[in-house]
Amino acid sequence: MAATQQPATQVYTKPLPTPSSVSQPFWDAAKEHRLIFQRCRLCGTRVFYPRDICPGPQCFGVGSLDWVESTGKGRLYSYTVSYQPAHQAFAGDVPYVLAIIEMDEGWRMTSNLINFGSQDALRIGLRVEVVWDDVTPEFSLPKFQPFRQ
Amino acid sequence: MPDTLRGAAVIVGIGELKPERSRPGRDVMSLLTEAAYRAIQDAGLTKEDIDGFVMDAGMEGASGFNTTMAEHMGIYPTFATGCDAQGAAGVTMALQAAAYVNAGLAEYVLCGMAAAIDTGGRRRPAAPTRTETSGSEFVVPFGPTVGANGNYAMIARRHEELYGTTVEKRAKIAVDLRYNANHNPMAIFHDTPITIADVVNSRIVADPLHLLECVMPCAGACAFVVTRADLAHGMRHKPAYILGGALGISRNNLQYVGEITVSPVGRAARKAFAMAGYGPNDVQVMEIYDSFTITVICELEDSGFCNKGEGGDWIQAHDLTFTGDKPLNTHGGQLSYGQASTAGGCAQVTEAVRQIRRDGGEHQVPGPTDLIYVTGSGGSFSQQGALLLGSDATL
Repeated sequence: MAATQQPATQVYTKPLPTPSSVSQPFWDAAKEHRLIFQRCRLCGTRVFYPRDICPGPQCFGVGSLDWVESTGKGRLYSYTVSYQPAHQAFAGDVPYVLAIIEMDEGWRMTSNLINFGSQDALRIGLRVEVVWDDVTPEFSLPKFQPFRQ
Repeated sequence: MPDTLRGAAVIVGIGELKPERSRPGRDVMSLLTEAAYRAIQDAGLTKEDIDGFVMDAGMEGASGFNTTMAEHMGIYPTFATGCDAQGAAGVTMALQAAAYVNAGLAEYVLCGMAAAIDTGGRRRPAAPTRTETSGSEFVVPFGPTVGANGNYAMIARRHEELYGTTVEKRAKIAVDLRYNANHNPMAIFHDTPITIADVVNSRIVADPLHLLECVMPCAGACAFVVTRADLAHGMRHKPAYILGGALGISRNNLQYVGEITVSPVGRAARKAFAMAGYGPNDVQVMEIYDSFTITVICELEDSGFCNKGEGGDWIQAHDLTFTGDKPLNTHGGQLSYGQASTAGGCAQVTEAVRQIRRDGGEHQVPGPTDLIYVTGSGGSFSQQGALLLGSDATL
C-alpha cells in the first residue's frame, strides 16, 4: 500500500509534523493508515485542519467536533508542479506536485500527488485516492494517487 | 462630522526609498525612518507636527514596533497603533489614519512600512521549517514552495483550467508594467525592457507561474502622512483625498475553504465604491496589488472591472501602460518597480498620490488622474483592501 516507503536504513531529513494535543489523533490514525477529519455534532460542518472549536457559520460549538474516518477518495482541486521548494530537503524531489485535494466528504487538505505517470495526466477534477507514505516509524503522511476503479 | 470617511482625510506627504536587491547595513528601522523623513518633509511639516503613528512591523519587526520607531526617529505621538495587514498594509494604514484624524485622535498621522530582508547578505527567504502551527503542520511536510509562489500557482492553475487564462494571456500584465517601470527612475527594473516571449520563456518557478510573473524580493521603505481635510488646505501639494475604502478579510490558509480564485477584495471594493459614490467605470487609473500576474487578474474581476473569468481577455483588450486606455500600476507595479516584501503595496498608495498631483514626471499619465483605485493584498488572498483616492474635482 505504501508506494513510496523509505528504506529503514535511510534517514528521513524532511520536516515532520509537530502534533498538538488537538491534532495528535490525526497522526495516530495516520500511523494506522486511516485518514480522519472532524465533523461538528451540532451543525454538521466538516472541519480540517484539526481544531477544538467549530468554525461553522452559525455555530458556536466548543468541543463539538468528532473525528470521522474518510473514504480516502476525492478530487484534485488544484495543484502546482514545484521546481523551487522552500526547504532544501525537497530539492532532490523536483519537479514534484503540491496539490489541494477535495475529499468526497467535502473537506480539503494539502498533499502531494504521486504515481501519476506523466504531467499530461494532471487535470483539475482528477479522481484520487489516499496512499500512505510511512516516512518514519512515528509518522505516515497521507499522499494521493490517481484512483483506478 | 461626516457619516463616512468620504473626503474627510487627505494624504499630504509621501516618501519612498528606491527598491534594491540589497541594502547592506540597513535595518527596517533605518529604512523606514529615512522614508518617513522624506514624507514629513514632502508634506512641509516638522517632526513635532506628527502626533499619530500607524506603522506595520512587517515580516521582520517585533512587538512594540510603534514605540520602537518613536524612539528611533525622535517623534513622540499622542496616538499610535500598529497595523497587521501584510501586503494590504498600505491601504489599511491609510484608512486607519483617516479614521483617526476624522475622530480627533490625531491631526497628522505618519504611516509607513519597510523591509530590509537581507541584512546578512543572503537573499533567499528562510525556509519555513516550523511545523507546529495549525497551518504549517499540514503543509510543510509536503514541501511548500518559496513564499506564496505555490499558493498563487494553484490559483493560476485553477483560473487557467476554469477560464483559459494561459501564460500567454497573463504575460501581458508583466510586459505592460515593465514598460511603466522603464519610464520610472525609481523602479528596480528601470533599465530592462521585456517582451511577451521573455515572460513565456522564463523558467517555471511553480507551474504554471513563470519567473517573470512573480515579484522579486527586495529591500525598501515607503511612508505617507495623512491629515484632516480642513488642515490640508494651503499645504504644499495638491490634496489627494481618501474618498472611500474598505477591507475584506478571508481565510489565513488558502486551501481549506472557499473558491480559491475569488479574492476578498470584491467585498472591499463594493463598500469602497459605495462610500465614494463612484463605480469601476469612473476610475481613471488603477494601482492594483501585483504579487503575481494572476493576482491582478483576480482582483480586476472581483473589483467589478470585468466579469469573473474574463480578466485574461480584459487584459488583452486594454493597454495597461501609463499612456494606455487603462493605466495600471503606473510606477511599474511590484512586479517591475519592486516588492519590498510586505511593504511593497505601500508604494501603490504613494504612486496614486503622485499621479493625482501630476508629479509622475516621465511616467505621468497624460490623461485625467482625478480618480484612482488602489488595492492591497496580504497572504494568499487572505486580507485585502480597496481604496479610492481623488483630487478635489471628485469631492
